[in-house]
Amino acid sequence: MRVWQFTEQPYHPVWDEVPGPLKNILPNRHIDHRVAADLYDQYMEQWQLCDELGINILVNEHHATSTSMSASCTLTLAALARSTKHVRLMSLGIPIANRPDPVRVAEEIAMIDCFSRGRFEMGFVRGAQYEVFAAIGDPVKQTRRFGEAYRLILKTLTTHDAPFSWQGDFFQYREVNIWPRCYQDPHPPVWMVAIGPGPGAWIAEQRAHVGTFLSGRDSKKLFDAYRRRWTELGWGSAPPEQFGYMAMVAVADTEEEAKRRAYQIAGYTRTQTRLAPQFTNPPGYTPARFVAMEQRLQTNPNYVAQSRTIERSDGSRVMLYNATIDDLIDAHVVFAGTADQVFEQLRAYHRYVGGFGNLLMMGQGGDLSHADTIDSLTRFSRDVLPRLDSLDAGDYEPPPAPRLA
Amino acid sequence: MPIQCHGVTFELLEQGAGNPLVYLHSGEGLFHCQPVLDAMASTRRVIAPSHPGFGHSDLPAEFARIDDLAYCYLDLFDQMGLENAVLVGESFGAWIAAEIAIRNTTHLSHLVLADMVGVRHSSDETTVEIADIYTLYPQEVQRRQWVNPATWKRDAAALSDDELLVAARNRETMSLFGWMPYMVNPLLRRWLHRIDKPTLVLWGAQDQITTPDYGRACAALIPQAQFRVIEGAAHHPSIEQPALFAKEVLQFCASSGT
Repeated sequence: MRVWQFTEQPYHPVWDEVPGPLKNILPNRHIDHRVAADLYDQYMEQWQLCDELGINILVNEHHATSTSMSASCTLTLAALARSTKHVRLMSLGIPIANRPDPVRVAEEIAMIDCFSRGRFEMGFVRGAQYEVFAAIGDPVKQTRRFGEAYRLILKTLTTHDAPFSWQGDFFQYREVNIWPRCYQDPHPPVWMVAIGPGPGAWIAEQRAHVGTFLSGRDSKKLFDAYRRRWTELGWGSAPPEQFGYMAMVAVADTEEEAKRRAYQIAGYTRTQTRLAPQFTNPPGYTPARFVAMEQRLQTNPNYVAQSRTIERSDGSRVMLYNATIDDLIDAHVVFAGTADQVFEQLRAYHRYVGGFGNLLMMGQGGDLSHADTIDSLTRFSRDVLPRLDSLDAGDYEPPPAPRLA
Repeated sequence: MPIQCHGVTFELLEQGAGNPLVYLHSGEGLFHCQPVLDAMASTRRVIAPSHPGFGHSDLPAEFARIDDLAYCYLDLFDQMGLENAVLVGESFGAWIAAEIAIRNTTHLSHLVLADMVGVRHSSDETTVEIADIYTLYPQEVQRRQWVNPATWKRDAAALSDDELLVAARNRETMSLFGWMPYMVNPLLRRWLHRIDKPTLVLWGAQDQITTPDYGRACAALIPQAQFRVIEGAAHHPSIEQPALFAKEVLQFCASSGT
């Protein structure tokens, strides 16, 4: 099992200072630039330590939000590519449907891959609903633009004989011929993100790794959809390395202290709802027929969208955003406790989903302090990580695809 | 009654008799439009299509620009053999009407542009001329759009499944054409002078999506344009003041030609 340390690099000091929305419309005059610089130092130091702890590095990006100061994951990874020596570096991801220039993205990928001598893994994401507003492209065509940008980036990274021209629906280039080329051949491993099982088959077809987050038992449906398609394509059983699962993780010398840390990390989920209503559902981000179905369901005052809830071991569901730490642990969204407890929690989840090869670990979140983060990461590396290779899901076979009613 | 053109099956309301009047709806679609259609049908054959992608009209997969809507309507007018028609549009529909009229006015006798969007006047990059319905709080959009928002609020519980789907479709399709640049064709301003038919620029006095001053600036760019204000209306005068709106349109057509 590979483990990856992740933080959204939040600017958390502002969360208690202002009421209301934390994204899009919260002016950046609320940032104290000296505090921001200190926080960047801490997040970078945590990742730097991971190079010694054997924990890989995962960086994402968001825009116009106090919940994440990471406006460019490639910029952060370029810095870490120089200062680290051993571990792998993943972007998850670059929001390529919102980027005006995919060839520039390919150039940055090739540079980071060379800087790191082939330690880069390239993840591409669609981007969150709310950040469509800070981007240029319109949400209705976002999926098509994502597809074209993805094909263009792959072609850019794998063409070594001559410039090519690209006359697409969304992007046009006279001559594409990037320098340098990637260190890895043919290119760094590809990662995609999915929430829910829908995109599983398509991601399998790309032979891309699939990552999903904070969905607990629901992740199994995604992984199974991926596995079924992989096998259908004649590639045998999908190896566990293809799967990544993100959870919030805290290790301490007592259960009580670990849960306290987990509660702070879960400030991530509690702040997600502080979003002005106009940014929750840009037109076209979700197809009209689903928007209409959702509006119909919402006329029932007791309705709660399944996507905002997680499943407990007894089959009941709770809201992700205000679940207790015990519920979050029970739902496999948080792994927290002593090293032994965390290992047992991971073992149970690993068995439940039929195995996965990448733990995408939110080891810092919310206002968890630098010292607590360092302590938790160090304990994880020393007391949990060495035992993870013993995890074995056996010869797991996904159940047949559910029939649509 | 549906009509096929350029691969689009148009949903189309038609009523009344006389010279034709084509009504191009706003982003609201044909919700709330029946009173103004009835009023204008007193002396005209009124034709009210749902734009491609709105209501129950198809959206061809390749459509992506306001030009597609303008040319699609010109094909439709050719196919219908339309002559001496009054072309009336409101808001997003007025933008389409202006795009049609800068290209080809052979089907038209008159043009009526109500509370239009589509034009960028200011050269200052940070000036907001058209209120951004996608980033303002929903209540603020309502307040700018209507004199009395409560009258026009569509409660999901009171709508049928089909009406909910139509509302979601209308919102999605309008953003396809108007997301970026926001509700504007940068070329439109410099070609408005091509409009060679008598034109009435009508405006809701309390419109705060596009203000009456924005409308006056549009009218100033069209050679034979009059500018008139409708009291008691904001961004949708044809919905909030259907009788006044119809009276303005029909009087304008009667006083200038046909």
